[in-house]
Amino acid sequence: MRERSLAIRSFTDLANPTRFVALAGRLLPWLASLTALLFAVGLTLCFTTAADYQQGETVRIMYIHVPAAWLSMMGYTVMAASALGTLVWRHPLADVAAKCAAPIGAGFTALALVTGSLWGKPMWGTWWVWDARLTSVFILFLMYLGLIALNRAMDDAGRAAKVSAVLILVGFVNIPIIKFSVDWWNTLHQPASVLRLGGSAIDPEFLRPLLVMALAFTCLFFTLHLAAMRTEIWRRRIAAMRRQAARGAASA
Amino acid sequence: MMALYLRDLKLATRAGGGALTGILFFMAVVAVVPFGLGPDLKLLAQVGPAMLWIGALLASLLGLDRLFQAEREDGALDVMLMQETPLVLTVFVKCLAHWTASGLPLVLVSPLLGLFLNMEPTAIFATMLTLLAGTPAITLIGAMGAAVAVALPRGGLLVSILVLPLVIPVLIFGVSAAYAAVEDPAPFLPPFMILTAITLFFAVIGPAAAAVALRASSE
Amino acid sequence: MPIRLRVDGLAASRGEDPIFREVCLVLDAGGALLVTGRNGTGKSTFLRTLAGLHPADSGTILLEGVTDPTAPVRESLQYLGHRNAMKRDLTVAENLVFWARFSGQAGDPAKDGDAALEAVGLGGLGHLPFGYLSAGQQRRAALARLLVAHRPVWLMDEPTAALDTASERMVEALIARHRATGGIVIAATHQALDVPGAQTLTMSGFAVPT
Repeated sequence: MRERSLAIRSFTDLANPTRFVALAGRLLPWLASLTALLFAVGLTLCFTTAADYQQGETVRIMYIHVPAAWLSMMGYTVMAASALGTLVWRHPLADVAAKCAAPIGAGFTALALVTGSLWGKPMWGTWWVWDARLTSVFILFLMYLGLIALNRAMDDAGRAAKVSAVLILVGFVNIPIIKFSVDWWNTLHQPASVLRLGGSAIDPEFLRPLLVMALAFTCLFFTLHLAAMRTEIWRRRIAAMRRQAARGAASA
Repeated sequence: MMALYLRDLKLATRAGGGALTGILFFMAVVAVVPFGLGPDLKLLAQVGPAMLWIGALLASLLGLDRLFQAEREDGALDVMLMQETPLVLTVFVKCLAHWTASGLPLVLVSPLLGLFLNMEPTAIFATMLTLLAGTPAITLIGAMGAAVAVALPRGGLLVSILVLPLVIPVLIFGVSAAYAAVEDPAPFLPPFMILTAITLFFAVIGPAAAAVALRASSE
Repeated sequence: MPIRLRVDGLAASRGEDPIFREVCLVLDAGGALLVTGRNGTGKSTFLRTLAGLHPADSGTILLEGVTDPTAPVRESLQYLGHRNAMKRDLTVAENLVFWARFSGQAGDPAKDGDAALEAVGLGGLGHLPFGYLSAGQQRRAALARLLVAHRPVWLMDEPTAALDTASERMVEALIARHRATGGIVIAATHQALDVPGAQTLTMSGFAVPT
């Protein structure tokens, strides 16, 4: 019981944008340093491990590609959680979190698509296949971009947040359906020729750098997200101050 | 005139502008095609140029209805009608700005979408070139439709309906030039020249007709 | 050479209905005309007809004393309609600079814009997006457009709409200043604007020439 009340108190503490900005300011240097450190270790590992005997040096693309793909999904999950926060708990920071996660998530998705494409060319001989997994990532990318466009199209931040929260959640429950239908669609048309990634268990030799890189990417995501949220709060404050300036001049 | 061009560009790229939406629509339309046709790469490569053209055509029609309607709603159109600058020139510059903000990006992302459709580099390049030559014609013809429908409360859909039949020649020659570049016997240049001629022709006809329609509807 | 606006036998209709007939008036440099009348009597249509935005059934509008007598009269007019002709997404200063440039105004539009905003009591607000302003401020910013794009004749349709009393005095001062420099002002209004020496045209649903 006590613990719960404590948790709620810290939750409401977080809800205060001023406190959040202060907290973010203190956290950001640490988080950024941690990210840099992890990347230093991860990239060193990436380039010192042995190349795959089948795929050669191109296997190293995996160390960027796979974490980016994971993060693209995590980004959407963060957005969905924030959207829930906006609609259910009306948490004042939730819409900021959702809005700021979209461009970062889209960035990671784009990275996953581009690296996948670069990897696909030497491996499959083509930049792009309408493979089920690729296709669903591409749809995810389109959803991200649509949400960004929606946010940009509305000038009232509060209203934009609610509307996009609805869309985010509908998208979130739709993801399994999309995934399922795309799987079904593709296997229906082209059963055997699709190449699968990582069919066999990954050798620990490859697993270690991959995990470090995944951790580094996750830290990068949160660093960027925190920084973006702080910027967004500042941006809204500036907008509010400008509105106030306009009103103040009216009385003069 | 430079001032009008820059202002329209600023409006298109600023929050709420339609530049991003057009590109997204283009991507979405082209991305939907494989779901309808199936993921057969050979087939996709074959229909690629046509799909890119149809996608670009629909995407460039998207924001056209706002070209003059937005100006009319806030009264700016009245002031523009009264200037010594010929209205034809004003319309032309607005078309140019609209194309730069929404047509040119479509041309620029078309190679990327070409990769998705497994098109050959030559086909991608040819399609991009024909889009570069042809999309201005769509904007210029569309300006005419936008001017005609400017006073209508829900002109948006109507503009597309009015303009679609008029832009069919652009589509015909654009697609045939793009295919001519890939398929051997057909020569690339004649359809491409006709496409360019259509664009130049409507660079004259489009703004003139739009100007007449705008004057007529300002009452 | 001072200008003179001469309107002869002007008539216009909306659809089949005649709005006004046989309006004749002469306005010399420094002159002013207040168009009054109840709602729906055609004040706005009269101004739009003068501006060339509404077709006239008959009659002539002549502006004497301008440098190029062959140019359409509308090019020497500055029209302030019900709507402000400003973009919400652009800043006030950007809006004004655009209109100054678009109207072929020589000089430094940015500086003129600042001065015009100062004159309408919006000094220092040029950096704000137009959409941030209140309705009255938006109207005043629209008035500033008349100052950055010089035209000898002002056509003002309800210039004081959404304005408070202090701002109404400001509009009167602007009109007086424009007339003092040899300009002509034609304003449609149902509010009592203090414009000394102004002629009055009362629209009564059908034309009553002054």
